[in-house]
Amino acid sequence: MSVPAFASLLERLVFTPGRNAKLALLRRWFAEQPDPDRGVGLAALTGELSLRAAKPALVRDLVAARTDATLLALSHDYVGDFAETVALIWPVREGVNAPPPGLAEVVEAMEVTPKGELPAMIAGWLDTLDANGRFALIKLVTGGLRVGVSARLAKTALAEWAAPRVVVQVDAIEEVWHGLEVPYRPLFAWLEGHGPRPDPRDAPVFRPLMLAHPLEEPDLVGLDPATHRAEWKWDGIRVQLAATAGGRRVWSRGAEDISAAFPEIVEAMDFRAVVDGELLVVRDGPEGKQVAPFADLQQRLNRKLVTPRMMAQHPVAVRLYDMLFEGEEDLRALPFDARRARLEAWYARTRPARMDLSDLVPFDSLDHLAAVRAGAREAAIEGLMVKRADSPYVAGRVKGLWWKWKRAPLSVDAVLMYAQRGHGKRSSYYSDYTFGLWRPDGNGGEELVPIGKAYSGYTDAELLWLDRWIRNNTTARFGPVREVEKALVLEVEFDAAQRSGRHKSGVALRFPRIARIRRDKPAEEADRLATVERMIVGGGPG
Amino acid sequence: MPMAPPNPDTWMRVTPQGLYCEPGDFFVDPLRPVPRAVITHGHSDHARPDHDAVLATPETLAIMRARLGEGRAGRAQQALRPGETLTRDGVTIRLVPAGHVLGSAQVVIEWRGSRIVVSGDYKRRRDPTCAAFEPVPCDVFVTEATFALPVFRHPPAEAEAARLLESVRLFPDRAHLVGVYALGKCQRLIRLLREAGWDRPIFLHGGLQALCTLYQELGVGLGELRPVPTPAKRGGGGLLAGEIVLAPSGAEATPWVRRLAEPVVCAASGWMRVRQRAKAKGVELPLIVSDHADWDELLLTAEQVQAPEVWVTHGREDALIHALAQRGVRGRALHLVGRGEEDEEASPETSVAEAAQP
Repeated sequence: MSVPAFASLLERLVFTPGRNAKLALLRRWFAEQPDPDRGVGLAALTGELSLRAAKPALVRDLVAARTDATLLALSHDYVGDFAETVALIWPVREGVNAPPPGLAEVVEAMEVTPKGELPAMIAGWLDTLDANGRFALIKLVTGGLRVGVSARLAKTALAEWAAPRVVVQVDAIEEVWHGLEVPYRPLFAWLEGHGPRPDPRDAPVFRPLMLAHPLEEPDLVGLDPATHRAEWKWDGIRVQLAATAGGRRVWSRGAEDISAAFPEIVEAMDFRAVVDGELLVVRDGPEGKQVAPFADLQQRLNRKLVTPRMMAQHPVAVRLYDMLFEGEEDLRALPFDARRARLEAWYARTRPARMDLSDLVPFDSLDHLAAVRAGAREAAIEGLMVKRADSPYVAGRVKGLWWKWKRAPLSVDAVLMYAQRGHGKRSSYYSDYTFGLWRPDGNGGEELVPIGKAYSGYTDAELLWLDRWIRNNTTARFGPVREVEKALVLEVEFDAAQRSGRHKSGVALRFPRIARIRRDKPAEEADRLATVERMIVGGGPG
Repeated sequence: MPMAPPNPDTWMRVTPQGLYCEPGDFFVDPLRPVPRAVITHGHSDHARPDHDAVLATPETLAIMRARLGEGRAGRAQQALRPGETLTRDGVTIRLVPAGHVLGSAQVVIEWRGSRIVVSGDYKRRRDPTCAAFEPVPCDVFVTEATFALPVFRHPPAEAEAARLLESVRLFPDRAHLVGVYALGKCQRLIRLLREAGWDRPIFLHGGLQALCTLYQELGVGLGELRPVPTPAKRGGGGLLAGEIVLAPSGAEATPWVRRLAEPVVCAASGWMRVRQRAKAKGVELPLIVSDHADWDELLLTAEQVQAPEVWVTHGREDALIHALAQRGVRGRALHLVGRGEEDEEASPETSVAEAAQP
């Protein structure tokens, strides 16, 4: 019964917005499903199942041979998604009493079946399934499964499910994960308490990252310049470069393998080490290497494949700041200063291409450091990192070891224009706000142009107040979106303003959030677009 | 010597108000007030207010009084029970169960040996809250086509009720809020849950109370029903964890919902078959429970009534007429206006506004 069981899991996961509910569904899956199907299902959900995929045309031909062309076209037109249309319209064959296939059976058969026999095999499976089962199967065999379950969430569910039988942190699962193969039998055996912890040996596995706490005013007191080190906080993406005898991987902060998107980095990893750093777009400028704003890096993210043109236009580099392994040697228990010394010595010897070291920023007092922070002009600098000189490299966000001290946020007073209902717990609240600034309308007057959207920053009480205000001041409705009277001013904070060709206003804000509701301020006195344009520093292509 | 029966077109016409039987001088489910109306069932797109004389089953008349108010459910009401026959100006009328909701009936109309069946909305599945559809052979069968695409094959409703109960077991700390139509779906779902062994009280949004009470008065047992309580303090929440709550669809988007403990938003509707529909509504647990015939049932019914001609009132008529043509049946789209509005997704805010807030 495993494809139908997987189909029900899929169905619930797709519609469930809540994290806790997703965890509960996953825990039940691990508890109830037998090996190897539970492992294959896990891999399918986290996108780690590699399977020789059938072409969508195969499914198209199968359904065309079984249905009336007009009815199929009308149905597809109505449903939208073709796989779903096929799943729903597939005619039931009377007298089929073969059991539905198992998940592992499907994966294996896809691998070994000669191409010419695939259509008959897939059709045979479809005949044994109901509509949900057919949908899951078609998505699975055509490689189109999108579930919205992150690998991290699945690992969290594994750790929760294992307790209290086996007490294990998510990070411990993380460390062995990438050394395992589908269907993860040793992992399940370990978590069920009848097997040893799997040993990843020399696989280039992901090591859980050390994270920083935001630095607030009261924390400053404990910061002694003698025992702390500072570095710039660059606005790129955190990466872990793992190069071992078993291979090379570029890991994202969330333990996703993003090697394929950055082949030039993989090529440059001609060493045996695990290092931590920031991935940035770096170009040669008049004053040497110039880090481009985050918007440039965005062009390279979320891509499965990368073209030579992209690589030339948005060249990437990694700014290194820590070292976890040198060769086989685990350095994580060493203090920061010792790791830094090892990193510098290793870098001097190895000189890997496309990599440099993140400079230490010298400071002799907190006032000095504050002045350095305030003086940072470059758009790609988010602020400072402050690290305790004796801190070991520990997984997660342990307070008091690493701090991030972001630049003071920028802010504008903007006018609320549209509001949208949230999801999950917020589905009865208008919690997503689109706001705008004034600009000349070309006829001697002024018009509002939207500059961003925010769904955080407010308190629960402010959310209630905003929700009520929006319901009472609606001028038009578009599905879940309401247009409101242009009468409410919101103070919006953001980390940076960047030029954008994708927005009508020509400006995009980085991390906008609602700082305050300015009930005291008339809408006409809100800021003008020119104000935020002046906040753009440097700037790459639009 | 008997004359050949008249062509149905000559005595049943489509007018702006709806279907009109000329020799009998009455309308079936007219859109606007008329002197004489025959009403198939109590949904608001069929049972409109302010007709002069209304003919319907006793249950439909009771439902109309409850929904429209005593004064607006027809100045004169005449009940016709299934099995009874009424003849007027040579036209005979019978009401035959349609299996859609309590009181729903097909109107069987005969004139000079020609028989037209106006089925209203109908389904062929078992429904413990109303009498089952009976096919009546005829010359013209007038059908709905709400789910007339081969992608609509409703799963057994019992299995959907079981899915709801399974979810309640899986999430005992949350309330399960099911969006339903106030008339029919609500009571059918309650009965399905009772049959599946759910004997705890079921909690109702104020907008569902009146019709449930009426069903019970008309002999449909629903078990213990309770109103959704008002939180002890304004803005309070966390109520009814582990319980099942029914509300008009759309209530999940209103502040009313905040009193419930982290509700799992469910919806019981045939439209839940299509993922985009469920996604767009923000439904976490779509339950495919429909009071309309699905594709196979529409075709089966057309075959059983043996009508050479089928008139399609509303829905996806293209597909149905195409499929009927392949079976040698002449299909005709009537394009009746104002149909399908209660059963199709009315805008959420409207359907909740219609239902009185508690």
